[in-house]
Amino acid sequence: MNALAKTAPETQTISAENGVLLAFQRDYRLAMRSRGEIIQALVFFVIVVSLFPLAVGAESALLKRIAPGVVWVAALLSVLLTLPRIFANDYADGTLEQLMMSPYPIATIVAGKMLAHWFTTGLPLALVAPLLGLQFGMGASELGVIVASLTLGTPILSMIGAIGAALTLGVRGGSILMALLVLPLYIPVLIFGAGAVEASMAGIDYAANLSLLGAGLLLGALASPFAAAAAVKIALD
Amino acid sequence: MIALALSSLRSENLTLSRGGRPLFTQLRFTIKSGEALVLRGANGSGKTSLLRVLAGLTEADEGVIFFDESACRSASIRVRSTALYLGHANALKDDLTTNENLADALRFDGVTATSSDQAEALERVGLSARRQLPARKLSQGQKRRIGLARLILSEKPLWLLDEPTNALDAEGVALFTRIIDEHLLAGGMACIATHLSMQIHAQVNELHMDGLALKKSTEAPEATLATMLSGINEAAMPA
Repeated sequence: MNALAKTAPETQTISAENGVLLAFQRDYRLAMRSRGEIIQALVFFVIVVSLFPLAVGAESALLKRIAPGVVWVAALLSVLLTLPRIFANDYADGTLEQLMMSPYPIATIVAGKMLAHWFTTGLPLALVAPLLGLQFGMGASELGVIVASLTLGTPILSMIGAIGAALTLGVRGGSILMALLVLPLYIPVLIFGAGAVEASMAGIDYAANLSLLGAGLLLGALASPFAAAAAVKIALD
Repeated sequence: MIALALSSLRSENLTLSRGGRPLFTQLRFTIKSGEALVLRGANGSGKTSLLRVLAGLTEADEGVIFFDESACRSASIRVRSTALYLGHANALKDDLTTNENLADALRFDGVTATSSDQAEALERVGLSARRQLPARKLSQGQKRRIGLARLILSEKPLWLLDEPTNALDAEGVALFTRIIDEHLLAGGMACIATHLSMQIHAQVNELHMDGLALKKSTEAPEATLATMLSGINEAAMPA
């Protein structure tokens, strides 16, 4: 049995916090049952980043210059690959409609699922990123900024991605359509995320970029669960 | 057992069409506490759609559903805390064990069943030896039985069941009938889409879905409800 499952109290009151917590516990446990998928996304991230030195040559000044963008684009693509996990399996086996019929507010359940997705995708990416940064010859303070920017930015990727994943549920060829929907919306996150790292490398103040990411995170946390919940409802109709 | 009381469910002028084809028009029926409504009809006659409308998963084109005479918005909190829907899919995660699947389903239903309650329910549906098996190793019938265990522990008064006896063996069907009987005796209500003729001992109304879309609003509604009354047979109930 799983430790998380045991700590769940026997009596649950129907409240928003419990909705988020329940959905997070559920999705986290399911992700841990198929750990392979989490590791695959990480390996994908590492491989994509490692392709660049092979493609553009081993000139260290150039590599260092493109490093922030490369790491961020690779992180974005690996998050994109894992997006179907948020809803597609639950949609296929019928558990999604059961979740939507639970008395907990639907947006809280969706929020719990987004949180679990970030916890098992974005957070590991942020933690692995410094190792890749080292490959590109980044300094300690720059590595700190890349972890910070990914930690602030990847939750936004999960939130926007969940909306895209929900909108393309049950659509044939949905994964490409989802990428087309989601990638343009990822652009601001990419600009501010990679921008923060670039600024720190140039010795400029990078706080503004991180603040903007933080603002995006708050905005996303407020709005995205409702948007994704509405999209799921449409998909189930 | 039943936490949220519901004494009547009434639909008024429910109309739904799918892909340009009307499934039912101006549908009107009432289910009272202790009664079951059995939906009959050919494949594609709209049984599943009607159940999904009642569950709030699909929005009807027109019409209102009343819970205890108050109009209920589709997928409102009232519907979600009153109705339990078991669809075609078993709604089980293959990676989780029988125990975990049941516990998860109950948690999201807002049911506070202790683990000994759950063990008892699984025992009753004949899965006590399979409690630690992942769902992917269960047979179709056994997966269906997890749904039955969920019904046993459910505290919701309205059950919306879509072909609940699919893949169940004769003994499973008998068990299902007993569970429904107990639920109805306790004042619950159920709406069941099925092809089987079941020996339910409470009051059962039948709604024949075939051709419902064609009838005019004046003749269609209650005329199609063939009320079949049979006395509650005490001997058939478990002690």
